[in-house]
Amino acid sequence: MSAAIRTEGLGKSFTLHLQGGLRIPVLESVEMAVAAGECVALAGPSGAGKSTLMRLLYGNYGAGTGRILIRHRGAEVDLAAADARLVREVRCETLGYVSQFLRVIPRVPTLDIVAEPLMARGVAREAARARAAELLARLNLPARLHGLPPATFSGGEQQRVNLARGFVPGYPVLLLDEPTASLDAGNRAVVVGLIRAAKQAGTAVIGIFHDTEVRDQVADRLFEVLPMPVAA
Amino acid sequence: MTALGYNFGYLDENTKRMIRRALLKAVAVPGHQVPFGAREMPLPYGWGTGGIAVTASVIGAGDRLKVIDQGADDTTNAVSIRRFFAKVAGVETTERTGEATIIQTRHRIPETRLREGQILVYQVPMPEPLFRLEPRVSETKRMHALADYGLMHVKLYEDIARHGHVAMSYNYPVLVGGRYLMSPSPIPAFDNPKMDRMPALQLFGAGREKRIYAVPPYTAVKSLDFEDHPFRPARADAPCALCGSRESYLDEVVVDDKGGRMFVCSDTDYCATRQTQREAAE
Amino acid sequence: MSALLEAEGLALRFGAVPALDGVALEIFPGEVVAIVGESGSGKTTLLRVLSGMMRPEAGEVRYRDPEGGFHVLHEMKEAALRRLHRTDWGFVHQNPRDGLRMRVSAGGNIGERLMAVGARNYGSIRAEAAEWLRRVEIDPARIDGMPALFSGGMQQRLQIARTLVTRPRLVFMDEPTGGLDVSVQAKLLDMVRALVADLGLSVVIVTHDIAAARLLAHRLLVMRRGQVVEQGLTDRVLDDPQHEYTQLLVASVLAA
Repeated sequence: MSAAIRTEGLGKSFTLHLQGGLRIPVLESVEMAVAAGECVALAGPSGAGKSTLMRLLYGNYGAGTGRILIRHRGAEVDLAAADARLVREVRCETLGYVSQFLRVIPRVPTLDIVAEPLMARGVAREAARARAAELLARLNLPARLHGLPPATFSGGEQQRVNLARGFVPGYPVLLLDEPTASLDAGNRAVVVGLIRAAKQAGTAVIGIFHDTEVRDQVADRLFEVLPMPVAA
Repeated sequence: MTALGYNFGYLDENTKRMIRRALLKAVAVPGHQVPFGAREMPLPYGWGTGGIAVTASVIGAGDRLKVIDQGADDTTNAVSIRRFFAKVAGVETTERTGEATIIQTRHRIPETRLREGQILVYQVPMPEPLFRLEPRVSETKRMHALADYGLMHVKLYEDIARHGHVAMSYNYPVLVGGRYLMSPSPIPAFDNPKMDRMPALQLFGAGREKRIYAVPPYTAVKSLDFEDHPFRPARADAPCALCGSRESYLDEVVVDDKGGRMFVCSDTDYCATRQTQREAAE
Repeated sequence: MSALLEAEGLALRFGAVPALDGVALEIFPGEVVAIVGESGSGKTTLLRVLSGMMRPEAGEVRYRDPEGGFHVLHEMKEAALRRLHRTDWGFVHQNPRDGLRMRVSAGGNIGERLMAVGARNYGSIRAEAAEWLRRVEIDPARIDGMPALFSGGMQQRLQIARTLVTRPRLVFMDEPTGGLDVSVQAKLLDMVRALVADLGLSVVIVTHDIAAARLLAHRLLVMRRGQVVEQGLTDRVLDDPQHEYTQLLVASVLAA
């Protein structure tokens, strides 16, 4: 069975030109594969490169070596080699990412932030807003906040907006970076329910979960990210 | 007989030839402004030097000349120019529109419909219709070259937005032959429709600005407008106090110191002819 | 899907200074591309060459018309280029005074492009102008107001309305927030972002504001000394810059 997303020999290092060309290797020869409906949790000590791997998978960082193969429009495409337009297309239709922090867009109301990825896929504005409102309600974000830009929201409220934006389109592949970090128990349970429902619907999920309780409820297996030996 | 010491029509033959070349080009490209080398005339700019240069270049010994100023044959300017050509070209002059072969005019088109073979020569103070909107001459030239006339419509739009109608009662811009935007010279907008498909040849001379342009016979001349604000020629809502005409363009004449006034035809020949006909009928 | 605009091998020098040095790029339908770089890097020159306002010494810019035909931009006649600039293309200047007629009312400014392409119904021109004022968040009651009496931010929004009224497919923007207060910039950027998404516009925007580029652009070109030193997906160029100059540029910005 082919994976929804997999990597071949994926590696990444950073070259800091402003620090005399210092080269920092972070990942090497990462081989992972995640099937539809499967949830894989990234494990490993802090600083091992879990977040870097997530960003590589999303195309936010450019891969140094290797390939990132994602099933998109019925065929595998290599995100590591894709041009900007193809990456955008994959992000619009196939690949979602919930980061730890919401990047706030000035003046745009919460409801529109959540509805935007649906509209980008061609869902009519009103239908998209209705689905966004439904999901925000499920995440216990009061309706009176839906019309406000989230700039002034608390950390937990912003994270729920971010989660709603990531879950609303139903991407075939979803990346979750600490999705429950700032949430209370009740909302953590809601997120667990969302992840389970997404898996049920065939979504391949890759997550970083510091909250082992949540991790154990959703993850099918762990994928160990090993720290690189520090160059002598 | 022409006055001693002057060439026929005052201008020397080379100058006339140069102006005729400009006229031919102007007729070939209706509404397009053609530069020409204006010569010193025995009267100042603003008194019709451009019109006189054009008339001098087209007039022949057999022509009969009529000159009007604001429609009248008997104003100083009209009388002077008529005498000038009588002296330097020895041509016959007339006040009758129908009898003239060349009519030089300032600010009017005669009421009597012109016919084939006649030439109407306009005196033009400012030939560039866009000059108030676009001060750069190089840019107005480019706008003409590209038929880029949106700006003229902006002016019309602004007038309607501000006044509820186009606030141009004279020198109302026209599009000639569907191509060139043209200033009709400061004739009242009332006269604009007479230019459209006129059987006579229309020539325009601007002496100070050194430009000649033309509208050949039977050329379409359309006043700019909007579909929902169509061009409407306006005249005072009164009959002529002398001849009773309800069709002609009227001048308002103050008759005493107590605010008394009356409306009379601006076209003196037209008015006089109608009065004569009425007396004859009685 | 083929590009709306393609350029290759663009070169131009000002004396000994290379303003453009082998620049190539493509703009696709619906794509927002930002050109960033310091003053004098050649970004404004590139915009002027791409939009046909300036001629390169070498290289070619090709434009695809709505029927799919390709035209070499600098071989087009001036009349065709002008028509292009008031129909299928738009240009938003940094200084609104360069893009507006200051002695013509707001409605007349918006209406001019419509009238230039043959609109001859006063009522519908006015209705369209009022609608566009509303879209750029200017009170339609100010339709007869003079731009000179508008604030800088309003003037810039009016310029955008005037540019977009003919529904261009490709809009060039030269530092559109350059002369505005920070608070006004945010509002304008957000408005541009929404309009671009609603209308599916392609935009080439020159800016030195990295935050603006991140907000608006799908793709980023980093220019230095007339060359494109790095380009790609906006968030990747900003979060994982490869070239030394890009790293310096990103590092110099506060929390972009």
